[in-house]
Amino acid sequence: MADQLSRVFAALADPTRRDMVARLTDGDATVGELAEPYAVSVQAVSKHLKVLEEAGLVTRSREAQRRPVHLEAEVFDLMTKWIERYRQRAEERYQRLDALLAELDEEHTDTPMKGTAS
Amino acid sequence: MSTTSTDTRYDQAAIEADPAIPAIHIWRDFAGTPDQLFRAHTDPDLYARWIGPADRTAVIDRWDATDGGAFRFLDSRDEDQQAFRGCFHTVRPDRIVQTFTWEGMPDDVALETLTFEDLGDGHTRLHALSLCDSFESRDAWLRSGMEIGVNDGYAQIDRMLADGSL
Repeated sequence: MADQLSRVFAALADPTRRDMVARLTDGDATVGELAEPYAVSVQAVSKHLKVLEEAGLVTRSREAQRRPVHLEAEVFDLMTKWIERYRQRAEERYQRLDALLAELDEEHTDTPMKGTAS
Repeated sequence: MSTTSTDTRYDQAAIEADPAIPAIHIWRDFAGTPDQLFRAHTDPDLYARWIGPADRTAVIDRWDATDGGAFRFLDSRDEDQQAFRGCFHTVRPDRIVQTFTWEGMPDDVALETLTFEDLGDGHTRLHALSLCDSFESRDAWLRSGMEIGVNDGYAQIDRMLADGSL
């Protein structure tokens, strides 16, 4: 799971791939359709798709002849979850800092008492 | 209200994992002056009071908050002790630049730039930029939050088992 997250971040580090992913949130698309807005070859787009595929961000149907590219939403959720956890920890830390700042206001001296807890 | 430098308020921490460079941005507004925020980041006694999770104890081991100085602190609960350290590169009332590393992964060193922006109405905006040397390293930092959170969860289960609530 950890390795997958790293691959997801790495895959999304490229602006063209981010764009392709954004496009796929509207629905499945073929390689040709994905290549249209860019001044790059279908081959180059295929290369980008391979990176997205290896990160687990997209899959391609083997059956259908058009082989449409499909966005895997759960992988996005995984990434979002990890970042949200990190954010929550930062927020908890800053709420403690809020409390400290409120105390500093009350003390308005330069001799804060040292905490002796534990 | 319209006199502030921006309409956006970060009453809660906002985070962005930068897609283009291996960095994490955090923004947070505080009811306090830039000077107070600066003191909370540079006075070791004050820093120890807010940096660690509530159920852990932070003890400052080394602290020299000056240009070229360094810090090290121990974050512990019961038997578990984690050490963090770094160097202060720039220590200025509106800006602190420092390195930050967890000794458990000593090669993952983040370069942190903290800025304190006076919003003009008794509030100050903190922007913390943590720049890592690779996406892998950045993602390890992001994951560390998850791992500690998971450990907290297990510890909570331990407590519930101990006091009979499970």
